[in-house]
Amino acid sequence: MDQFTLNLLFVGASFALYIGIAIWARAGSTSEFYAAGRGVHPVTNGMATAADWMSAASFISMAGLIAFTGYDNSSFLMGWTGGYVLLALLLAPYLRKFGKFTVSEFIGDRFYSSTARMVAVICLLVASITYVIGQMQGVGIAFGRFLEIDAFWGLLIGSCVVFAYAVFGGMKGVTYTQVAQYCVLITAYTIPAVFISLQLTGNPIPALGLFGSTESGEPLLVKLNQIVTDLGFAEYTAAHGSTINMVLFTLSLMIGTAGLPHVIMRFFTVPKVSDARWSAGWTLVFIALLYLTAPAVGAMARLNISELMWPNGTSGEAVSVEQIETDPDYAWMATWQKTGLLGWEDKNGDGKIQYYNDQNADLQAKAAENGWEGNELTNFNRDILVLANPEIASLPGWVIGLVAAGGLAAALSTAAGLLLAISSAVSHDLLKGQLTPNMSEKSELLAARVSMAAAIVVAVLLGLNPPGFAAQTVALAFGLAAASIFPALMMGIFSTRINNAGAVAGMLAGLVVTLLYIFLHKGWFFIPDTNSFTDADPLLGPIKSTSFGAIGAAVNFAVAYFVSGMTKETPQEIKDLVESVRIPRGAGVSVEGH
Amino acid sequence: MSQTNDTNAYWQANVRLILISLVIWALVSFGFGIILRPALAGIAVGGTDLGFWFAQQGSIIVFLILIFFYAWRMNKLDREHGVDEE
Repeated sequence: MDQFTLNLLFVGASFALYIGIAIWARAGSTSEFYAAGRGVHPVTNGMATAADWMSAASFISMAGLIAFTGYDNSSFLMGWTGGYVLLALLLAPYLRKFGKFTVSEFIGDRFYSSTARMVAVICLLVASITYVIGQMQGVGIAFGRFLEIDAFWGLLIGSCVVFAYAVFGGMKGVTYTQVAQYCVLITAYTIPAVFISLQLTGNPIPALGLFGSTESGEPLLVKLNQIVTDLGFAEYTAAHGSTINMVLFTLSLMIGTAGLPHVIMRFFTVPKVSDARWSAGWTLVFIALLYLTAPAVGAMARLNISELMWPNGTSGEAVSVEQIETDPDYAWMATWQKTGLLGWEDKNGDGKIQYYNDQNADLQAKAAENGWEGNELTNFNRDILVLANPEIASLPGWVIGLVAAGGLAAALSTAAGLLLAISSAVSHDLLKGQLTPNMSEKSELLAARVSMAAAIVVAVLLGLNPPGFAAQTVALAFGLAAASIFPALMMGIFSTRINNAGAVAGMLAGLVVTLLYIFLHKGWFFIPDTNSFTDADPLLGPIKSTSFGAIGAAVNFAVAYFVSGMTKETPQEIKDLVESVRIPRGAGVSVEGH
Repeated sequence: MSQTNDTNAYWQANVRLILISLVIWALVSFGFGIILRPALAGIAVGGTDLGFWFAQQGSIIVFLILIFFYAWRMNKLDREHGVDEE
């Protein structure tokens, strides 16, 4: 059986499983559509949240970004796990006690203002749609690879699949489907990593293999440092970027994690307040299984690629064009070339492909000496690394098929969760909450589905010119959530002082400054060439647009504090509401009659 | 709901616990993983230094311990102050 058929088989079988579960657990009422009837066990909920959370960014994109940058991109690892500490300590138990369906409902009630609720809906939509763009990029790459077509067509086909899939069921269908997706994605991520770790270090646990030694007894990371510096690239384990930027970037990802509506919504579905605390912990357990493996995947893939291109280092001969075209160890290069995400060009016509950093002075000297005319591995999209990884390491065909299925599971589960958050914001908060309060359950469900379709169309249009690799696009969404939603939620619980005007002003200020900073660097609405600055030379010192969320959050806190101080105090009944949210007693099991 | 001294004490104990946890949270990630990395450079771990390990693995492990510790401690605190869900 050839690889193409094998991929189709794995992807097809995993889809059949998800659709089967979705039909089995189809949502009946609006309550089930949004919050799965609150009957979900903390461990099950943790697993589903982990699948929901770990998206194309975590699965497909993150290890590739770490691989090609090294230590500096540790921010992704710390940021996307550290946020769960904030979520567990500062938000989850209280929001569960409050007991409504959506994040914006809490903001609307706590700040006794329909304007606050509206503003929260807007913040949520901006962050979620940016996030969906990143997912669509991942979906496009995964479909492009396994159907062996251009990533653009992969994106179009993928978006149809995501839509069909998300519309099928609500949260309940999604919860159980996501448990299945978690199992698929974690197996798909771990198995190739175990194989590669065994090949390189003899240790079956990749997280330990990363700090282990190669066959020759040399530590893996020392060897990697030597190989990449030999090619003129920066040392893998050393810090190169600005410390301030790294701190702010990590912080933005952390705060953003705790401010993302589709993750927070998950904690509405556990039976008790105490379960909400445990659930956050279980979620992180399931996430950590992938996140502890990811840095090993990145480092080992970088090592393998460098050695494939230069079997004996730059003092030996580079790989020849002929070998790339005929040797089965290099077959992955031809397959990925079809997606338009990998490319090479024999610039000096010597029949070999020299891969090196042509900006490095030492390597330029060496190039002049040997007649190289620039880096000939001209295109290597970071986002393909994880999907190509088993092929690069020459693993068996079924592993490659499994990884394709895993990548799609990751992208689909998150896209579906986000679309659910978007549709509930539009139909539940915007239409039923504000514009047409008397709408029937049936038309509310219809509105939910129409808004899902609209969100996908917008995401695909903007996703045609993505503002970065998938994980970077997603990082922008986190910055937006960090600057707008998280501060409002936290102040709503921990301070009785912040009033309606303060919260509205804070959220708007945080959202607007962050959005402005992003658009100034990434182009207005991500349209290419409309940017005034670049992340290589940002407007404010070393602070890149992906790191600005933390600053936006600080602006939000400060504005909310000052405006609250100048306006009328929070009424007593709201202070009582805050008091009641702070203690678990009387949480109740459900919010029927809502 | 009227505020009693006990719920006040409960909330203060909670806030104290949160603050301690967040100090540890920041220390392992922003501290050991980023800002204090040069200071820890002398401690070798598997071909690199302790700061690199904290940035890529150690902080995640500490985060996990923190969340479970907080959940366990708070659920106990709920019962001690009689504010748990019956």
